[in-house]
Amino acid sequence: MFELTTKTIAELRDGFRGGEFSAREIAASFNDAVVAGRALNAWTVETPELALAAADVADAARGGGEMLPLSGIPLGIKDLFATEGVDSTAGSNILRGFKPPYESSVSGKLKAAGAGMLGKLNMDEFAMGSSNETSAYGPVISPWKRNDGGNTALTPGGSSGGSAAAVAAGMAPGVTGTDTGGSIRQPAAFVGISGIKPTYGRCSRWGIVAFASSLDQAGPMARTVLDCAILLENMCGFDAKDATSLDLPVPQWEAGLSSDLKGKRVGIPREYRIDGVPDEINAIWDHGIAWLKDAGAEIVEISLPHTRYALPTYYIIAPAEASSNLARYDGVRYGLREMGVKSLDDMYSATRAAGFGAEVKRRIMIGTYVLSAGYYDAYFTKAQKVRTLIKRDFTRAFEECDLILTPTAPSAAFGLGEKMSDPLAMYLNDVFAVPASLAGLPAMSVPGGLDSQGLPLGLHLIGRECDEQGVLNAGLAIEERAGFTARAEKWW
Amino acid sequence: MVVSDYRIYGETGEWEVVIGLEVHAQITSNAKLFSGASTTFGAEPNTQVSLVDAAMPGMLPVPNAECVRQAVRTGMAIGAKINAWSRFDRKNYFYADLPQGYQISQLYHPIVGEGSITVLTDDKDEASAVTIGVERIHIEQDAGKLMHDQHPTMSFVDLNRSGVALMEIVSKPDMRSPAEAGAYVRKLRAILRYVGSCDGNMEEGSMRADVNVSVRRPGAELGTRTETKNVNSVRFVMAVIEHEARRQVELIEAGGAVAQETRLYDPDNNVTRTLRSKEDAHDYRYFPDPDLLPLELDDAFLQACRDSLPELPDAKRKRFESLGIGAYNASVLTDEVETARWFDSLLEAGAPPPQAANWVASELFGALNRMGKTLVDSPVTPHNAAELLKLVADGTISGSLAKQVFEIMLETGEGAARIVEERGLKQTSDTGEIDAIIDGILSANADKVQQYKDGKEALFGFFVGQTMKAMAGKANPGVVNERLRAKLV
Repeated sequence: MFELTTKTIAELRDGFRGGEFSAREIAASFNDAVVAGRALNAWTVETPELALAAADVADAARGGGEMLPLSGIPLGIKDLFATEGVDSTAGSNILRGFKPPYESSVSGKLKAAGAGMLGKLNMDEFAMGSSNETSAYGPVISPWKRNDGGNTALTPGGSSGGSAAAVAAGMAPGVTGTDTGGSIRQPAAFVGISGIKPTYGRCSRWGIVAFASSLDQAGPMARTVLDCAILLENMCGFDAKDATSLDLPVPQWEAGLSSDLKGKRVGIPREYRIDGVPDEINAIWDHGIAWLKDAGAEIVEISLPHTRYALPTYYIIAPAEASSNLARYDGVRYGLREMGVKSLDDMYSATRAAGFGAEVKRRIMIGTYVLSAGYYDAYFTKAQKVRTLIKRDFTRAFEECDLILTPTAPSAAFGLGEKMSDPLAMYLNDVFAVPASLAGLPAMSVPGGLDSQGLPLGLHLIGRECDEQGVLNAGLAIEERAGFTARAEKWW
Repeated sequence: MVVSDYRIYGETGEWEVVIGLEVHAQITSNAKLFSGASTTFGAEPNTQVSLVDAAMPGMLPVPNAECVRQAVRTGMAIGAKINAWSRFDRKNYFYADLPQGYQISQLYHPIVGEGSITVLTDDKDEASAVTIGVERIHIEQDAGKLMHDQHPTMSFVDLNRSGVALMEIVSKPDMRSPAEAGAYVRKLRAILRYVGSCDGNMEEGSMRADVNVSVRRPGAELGTRTETKNVNSVRFVMAVIEHEARRQVELIEAGGAVAQETRLYDPDNNVTRTLRSKEDAHDYRYFPDPDLLPLELDDAFLQACRDSLPELPDAKRKRFESLGIGAYNASVLTDEVETARWFDSLLEAGAPPPQAANWVASELFGALNRMGKTLVDSPVTPHNAAELLKLVADGTISGSLAKQVFEIMLETGEGAARIVEERGLKQTSDTGEIDAIIDGILSANADKVQQYKDGKEALFGFFVGQTMKAMAGKANPGVVNERLRAKLV
């Protein structure tokens, strides 16, 4: 039954509806693949029974009930999403064993649309990381290997590393990710799949463990652009429980998919030609430009002058918000509690020292620092102002173009351990992804090709606010032309 | 505007006291500020806690529009600037009663800006009016409560109050005496209760004050202030100021300096104690709450708030005075919103204002006091009371008969007219009947008639009393007087 695990969501949906196979067969295939792929460490919790239960409901519906949009489709859910009765730990020891009595709005919508859940996906602790190495469960190992004959374990990227690996290894046809500064797009690029972060506010943040509230957005990751459109439609929507939720109808992105880009202008930001970026990255970017031109788009050079400040700005704002968002993990009400020697303060210190990993502590320290009296204006206020300028860069650029094309990441996947000792080198992974996060814009990574080491490289599309359709359509145009069919050779 | 002459007389001379108050008022609302949980007082611990109030992972705040509305109405009631654009900030600190690890408040852009409250330090005297500036009103979440008496080594946490909406009403340092501060808190409480934005129940903690006190030589630069937190009665506010001002003067005169610090009041021993010094002060790391969009209030919302405001204490008092009611009565009748509403109903039912004011202030309040009741559970309705007062005004019954009728009303709850009718208590002005009674009394007391005619005029009252008594109080006193004078010539 493993051949089912090579199918896309659209293929599974059509085959299931057409009676080629049952939902139970789909779920069982993926459950088996999850077990077979344990060496990748992509899952924090496996829930085969939940996948099967949803499949049985879908099979019964096919026998005469009403079919739902995702009937028969099992998914993986990033561990950042609260899932009722199932461990939801944000990849952190401080939440080890935490079973929420509630379901996040996004995962709830997917379930309400008929999807089953295969399990929870490993991730960088509290989504802080670009390699999945900060997870309390240990790193996820990419299904990809370099073609140099060596056996170096590679990162699947992060923070949605488990999500990326699960799709790339055929353990799930689609998954949820979250993206604060590239956490959907960079892992998607590293493992050769597609992933989209919608406009900030499209997906409710309710029930998603908060990292940086003004940046966090959920989104889907899957093999194809079409699959991303299908999932995205069933994840978005206004939610009265999230005050920052966009009160707009959800477009029919799947029905609106078209790779004809006639009349579209695609902007190429000159500031994204960064020194030190490998030639192969620039080469794949040039391919992308050619493919979009071939699809009918006009290519224009644009300027996003504040790009170079995006990363520092992000690394002030995101830690500042995180330092406050993570204050609730104090050992008082849920999660880990380490009793201190004598006082409440001791309990806090002991609990947080034992519960948080090094990267999370680093960001709490940075965030606390930039919000401190005497430093607030120099750091936080300044960063907010620069963020406004970065948004304005995009507003101006979109007067000259409809979409922006860049590489997704400045390199292909790197080896586990290669960058853990150098946080700044790690942060550079998101140099192309972060500006769109700061501006709240929809952005997507689609596979562009393989580098000389045989590793996937991604192309990155940024759209106007709420123009997910434009992003998906350009992604589809690239997908059709890139002919990216490479799969990680199974070694696990 | 009067200048307070309240002074602390120390060993080295006079000291002036400077007072500012930060009043925390719980906003009247069925639900908390950012969650749907109930706000009822006195529920079992942790029974009114939503996932948001307990700061479970992934939970988000959503502003309660009613709380916003009440804060805006309160601002309008003190003539304050309403900020159509305001924003919530996080105040970060760790404590076991603060589940989020931060309080959502408004530091940088409060919803209400500057306003003022005029207070009378002497109820009878408009000239005692002092205007106290209000710096701002902002909305914020309350914290939970720690219980230290439930376990030998552990503290328990009750999150029922966690997330309840508060208004923090920050005065300017405009008060100069305990009396002014007391009058300010009472007046503020009255306004909140008129507006309906806070029940003003200080015993249940719905209203509490942080008291800022400093001392200085009269007219000199401001001294260093201390802040005494969570003072929960008008009496205690005044006691804190008296105590704290004396303590500061003694400290300075002994060669010391006042430390800028936070203190706590111990009502059992009437002292304040250091809670934390400036060195221990938290760095709250305020920043805009990224979970919440700025609050933007449109004109229609603001107009609806304005239109919904009731007549406020000052306006009501002036109106009552314009109806011929004395300053003191007008003040007594407007201090409490329930009294004012009851009295307005009485006037609407046709009672003559000055007489009604006197009657309520003396007869009704006296009777209710005796019965241990308040106006809210008065057995006499405004309608029935108005009936009684009208019967007196049109001469149907005398003042003394009215007292009898009122007693019956208190016992039975019946209407005045019906009591008068059924018990035959109607006053008579029938001169024939009165004449006959007077004639009988004068002939039975011929000796006293002679003494009266010899100049002992005080006896006139005796004849009036005898006549009234003989007529069981039903005679019109005016007619009795007139007939007696005619017959005693």
